[in-house]
Amino acid sequence: MIMIFGIPVQALLGQLLIGLINGSFYAILSLGLAIIFGLLRVINFAHGAQYMLGAFVGYLMLQHLGIGYWPALILVPLVVGLSGAVVERFALRRLYDLDHLYGLLFTFGLALLIEGTFRYFFGASGQPYATPAALSGGNNLGFMYLPNYRGWVVVISFIVCIAVWALIEKTKLGAYLRAATENPKLVQAFGVNVPLLLTLTYAIGAGLAGFAGVLAAPIYQVSPLMGSNLIIVVFAVVVVGGMGSIMGAIVTGYLLGLMEGLTKVFYPEASNIVIFVIMAIVLLIRPAGLFGKEA
Amino acid sequence: MTDLSDLSRPAAKPARVPRAGGAVAPAQLAVIVAGVGLLCIAPFLLYPVFLMKLLCFALFASAFNLLLGYTGLLSFGHAAFFGGAAYFTAHSVKVWGLPPELGVLVGVVGAAVLGLIMGAVAIRRQGIYFAMITLALSQMFFFFCLQAPFTHGEDGIQGVPRGHLLGFISLENSLNMYYFVLVMFVVGVFCGWRIVNSPFGNILKSIRENEARAISLGYSVQRYKLAAFVMSAALAGLAGSLKALVFQFATLTDVAWQMSGEVILMTLLGGIGTLLGPIIGGGLVVSLQNYLATSDVPVNILTGAIFMVCVLVFRRGIVGEIYASRIGRALGITHRH
Repeated sequence: MIMIFGIPVQALLGQLLIGLINGSFYAILSLGLAIIFGLLRVINFAHGAQYMLGAFVGYLMLQHLGIGYWPALILVPLVVGLSGAVVERFALRRLYDLDHLYGLLFTFGLALLIEGTFRYFFGASGQPYATPAALSGGNNLGFMYLPNYRGWVVVISFIVCIAVWALIEKTKLGAYLRAATENPKLVQAFGVNVPLLLTLTYAIGAGLAGFAGVLAAPIYQVSPLMGSNLIIVVFAVVVVGGMGSIMGAIVTGYLLGLMEGLTKVFYPEASNIVIFVIMAIVLLIRPAGLFGKEA
Repeated sequence: MTDLSDLSRPAAKPARVPRAGGAVAPAQLAVIVAGVGLLCIAPFLLYPVFLMKLLCFALFASAFNLLLGYTGLLSFGHAAFFGGAAYFTAHSVKVWGLPPELGVLVGVVGAAVLGLIMGAVAIRRQGIYFAMITLALSQMFFFFCLQAPFTHGEDGIQGVPRGHLLGFISLENSLNMYYFVLVMFVVGVFCGWRIVNSPFGNILKSIRENEARAISLGYSVQRYKLAAFVMSAALAGLAGSLKALVFQFATLTDVAWQMSGEVILMTLLGGIGTLLGPIIGGGLVVSLQNYLATSDVPVNILTGAIFMVCVLVFRRGIVGEIYASRIGRALGITHRH
């Protein structure tokens, strides 16, 4: 057996793959947070709850409506995004003129409400969600066994990240979004419907979280608590990356996922906290974050 | 960024001459005296353990308010100090056999050291970032507590002896314990009040109002923020230490992020930046939880809903609203800064 630093290569690659999968989720979620923060200046604490909501909506669609995985992958982000739009339109909008902390506190309350509700109806235990038939099974890569579904998660989340990046950096709509981030009043004066743009942005962010939830459902079990611990890690990812750039959020997500995987190989006890340790180190050396602009 | 003044500064009549810092309006003094008097006789009317829990959380919220209300820093990680101190006290009393007063001291000092470490990292960013960083650091401490041997993981430290205060007052008697907690509560809240109404406290408020100007006036803002963070952590630690003695255990619940959220709610509900607000908010939230524990209404849903309503329409909190109302102005207890 081949060894690197006294670790079998198989174990190393296996954990790196798990790290890559976790990193995919970190990337999608921190991307959503960064988009919402960029325009609304709101830290969306409900992001974890919306991720959980996505998984549950997918699960309920399958259980009660017979809607399978593939349609759910499209429908769930729409449903979660729509719920996000409602929240933005009727509540978050009132908080823009206040201190940004109120947005954080409001979405924190929202997260408690959503998670409490699902916990009340479904209990704390997880519900299984079957892997879609087309992606069951796996391939032997020679050095390790790769379940097809996990490979799919890595590929599709990468594609989605790049697509969202392109939407914001390369399209007309994205140009409006970026302009509104810089100077909302001026953009409004040019006849762009900025309030609608804000609603749309929050819906896109929430929809991304919902999408991640559906992706996660077959890997992790669908449980009311699946989002709450994840969101704190994603916050740390966002702090490390700095919320200045969309690409920064994506790259940092993958990077920290891989770091976490590596830590699991070399020092498993620290794998839960390694991202927080990295965050502390980055803050001490470069307070604005790796990709942050402001000091 | 961190300006929270819109809720903690109700419209005061400009004609009113501001009193010197530290003075207490007669009406306010009356409320405080009546409150302390009521707390002295309360254990004969209500279940003492419930009252002690109430005092612990009211003190916790006051400690938190020192940071949010007067320095403008929203910490999402105060559970680490509260729960951490509970662990330190429980361990030192149970395993090292320290008397309760030293056990509490260990908890407070431990929380202060923890506050120094976390604060040193967190004050490097402001506003929302500060909140996220404190949250992440406290989550890190949570995982530490989950894995460290002395905390006994999921079981927590159970069967903590209350011991004898100063060697001769048995705290196993719940009435003695109650008065011990009450004295520590009054001392803790008084400390917070003294800090806020000192020259030091005024500098903190100036940082909250306009950090750039405080820097230009020559104050090393970072040091003041760190000092405020450590003091707030130490007082939160005092609350946690007392809770460990009252309930005779220390568990992961107290270091979990939900606890950080709860203390924010208590402060927000009672009134950010007021002396009495966090105490009243803490009392209300604890009473509500106690009441709901016997019904089948899930606490989380209600907590979340109260949070949202507070943020949307009730940002001054209960005490803040009273201060801002006509009654408050008539009584001369308008809030001053």
